[in-house]
Amino acid sequence: MGWVALKMLTGDRAKYLGLVFGVAFASMLMSHQVSIFCGLMLRTASQILDVRDAGIWICDPELQTVDEIKPLADTDLYRVRSVPGVRWAARLSKALGRVRTADGRYRTAIVMGLDDDSFVGAPRQMLLGSWHDLRRPDGVILDDAGYSYLFPGEPIAVGKTLEMNDRRVVVVGICRVAAPFQTFPVMYCRYSQALQYVPHERHALGFIVADADPGADPAAVCRRISERTRLAAYDARSFVWLTIDYTMRSTGIPVNFGITVALGFIVGTAIAGQTFYLFTLENLKQFGALKAMGVTNKRILVMILLQAGVVGGLGYALGMGAASVFFEVTKDIYHLRGFFLPWQVAVGTAGSVVVIMFLASVVSIRRVWTLEPAIVFK
Amino acid sequence: MSATSASRTAVACTGVTKFFGAGDTRVQVLHGIDVEVAPGEITLLVGPSGCGKTTLISIVAGLLEPTAGDVRIFDRRLGDLRGDALVAFRARMIGFVFQQYNLLPALTAAENACLPLLVQGRRRSDAIREARELLAAVGLGGKADARPAQLSGGQQQRVAIARALVHRPRLLVCDEPTAALDAESGRTVMELLRRVSLDADRAVIVVTHDSRVYGYGDRIIEMGDGRVIGVSPAAGFRESHS
Repeated sequence: MGWVALKMLTGDRAKYLGLVFGVAFASMLMSHQVSIFCGLMLRTASQILDVRDAGIWICDPELQTVDEIKPLADTDLYRVRSVPGVRWAARLSKALGRVRTADGRYRTAIVMGLDDDSFVGAPRQMLLGSWHDLRRPDGVILDDAGYSYLFPGEPIAVGKTLEMNDRRVVVVGICRVAAPFQTFPVMYCRYSQALQYVPHERHALGFIVADADPGADPAAVCRRISERTRLAAYDARSFVWLTIDYTMRSTGIPVNFGITVALGFIVGTAIAGQTFYLFTLENLKQFGALKAMGVTNKRILVMILLQAGVVGGLGYALGMGAASVFFEVTKDIYHLRGFFLPWQVAVGTAGSVVVIMFLASVVSIRRVWTLEPAIVFK
Repeated sequence: MSATSASRTAVACTGVTKFFGAGDTRVQVLHGIDVEVAPGEITLLVGPSGCGKTTLISIVAGLLEPTAGDVRIFDRRLGDLRGDALVAFRARMIGFVFQQYNLLPALTAAENACLPLLVQGRRRSDAIREARELLAAVGLGGKADARPAQLSGGQQQRVAIARALVHRPRLLVCDEPTAALDAESGRTVMELLRRVSLDADRAVIVVTHDSRVYGYGDRIIEMGDGRVIGVSPAAGFRESHS
């Protein structure tokens, strides 16, 4: 009888397509918006995620996000290095500075000051040049998105000269980094250079990045650093979540995205539920005839669930396909990069579609379940 | 009807009573109906609208439970059957022809006609093959792949008759099969019903208030106000009502 159920479903093309596109719309909206939300949250922590060679971040204990920096004293570096279990520790500064091109174009840039000796936190994906080139006088590495903002339409190249805080800066490398929350160029240079490029307070040391001894528990090392230095120490994952948590608590982003996702769910449920119920009502006599002919309620239940499953499956596939196409098409657009469709979102959307189709079919199932087959004689 | 032996009785109703509603709105629709229907005959159930014909046929077909009384179909007491057992009995033993045909619009004529076989778990290809044979028998061999919307009312009713007979039921229940048809189509349907459905081992009950079809019955049960007013051979009934 499953075949009959599918024929009934696809027989009325308009309602069938309405159902499928209703679910597809809901799937697309939910997966797209949740993915964008996840991408935005990851963007807030992009500078943490880009530092892959340090497992521990040390900062002021009152710090709430990677963007809200209270500089540490230079001596704090040595105090951290002295904590048992710390394999190494290095400086890392992060600040905003204005960068200007020769033709007067300027942008605010994120300036990452790397430890002069170890270059801990240097970009991993180099498109041109090498991080070793940071040793060259006035050398900086610029991310490709930032390059396109400063030199629009020009192919990436090293050797460009910029000006920061009245000082000459030479682009010695082009890298690709995680997209920052704001579309600022990201620039890497030596820590000692960064002090000259960016106006700063008495102290300039934003963070100390460190790593634990081999075999040591990073969480235990973080606790020890906190106890001995009175500074905050996080493993990289915790620091990412600290930043994301701050953004979630202190901005309207989660609420606004949540409303959009909820609307997707509600509209999807309403469209699918209403159309599915109308579809059932129009076929009520036919269902009654089937019951009179000996189709049990259980088989009718299976028929309706099969119809709901097919609509849900097709709608989900179309919706996810549309969302995937969006992320695939936009992945190389600088201001839209960094957004992707996490598998967890795909799974969550599938769960939501199951709930939508269940809610949509419950009313229909109830109507048909209680249908007296004698209706066929009325 | 005929006071025959049990083995010669297809349907036996004893004291069938039916109430609808409760309290002040409780209405008695059937008042202790006692009738028998013999196999090998077409029995017409006639009477004015609201006299209880549809309720009685629904009870006989196992679609409604009587408030009191007993219904036996080929010696099987319906009251002894519950739930899926009753549904399975109905699927095996009873064929239905409805006033509004109730064909599934998305299925072709052959697919509609094979539904009772699918309900019984037959393979789709076998079921459609048998349905095509029966459609040919009712004169719709060339329309087996047409959808209901492409058929006239008379043709749709012939598909419904093929659907009702495809699983060889022993009781065929027809509810106003000609009510939605013009005179010519109604005559064709009744002639067809008589030709293809009559079998020594099968009983046919036709509910109707269309006097034009009285000539196609063998026996007529006349109802009025929830009671059986009379049972007579069709010929005598036609003469007395002409």
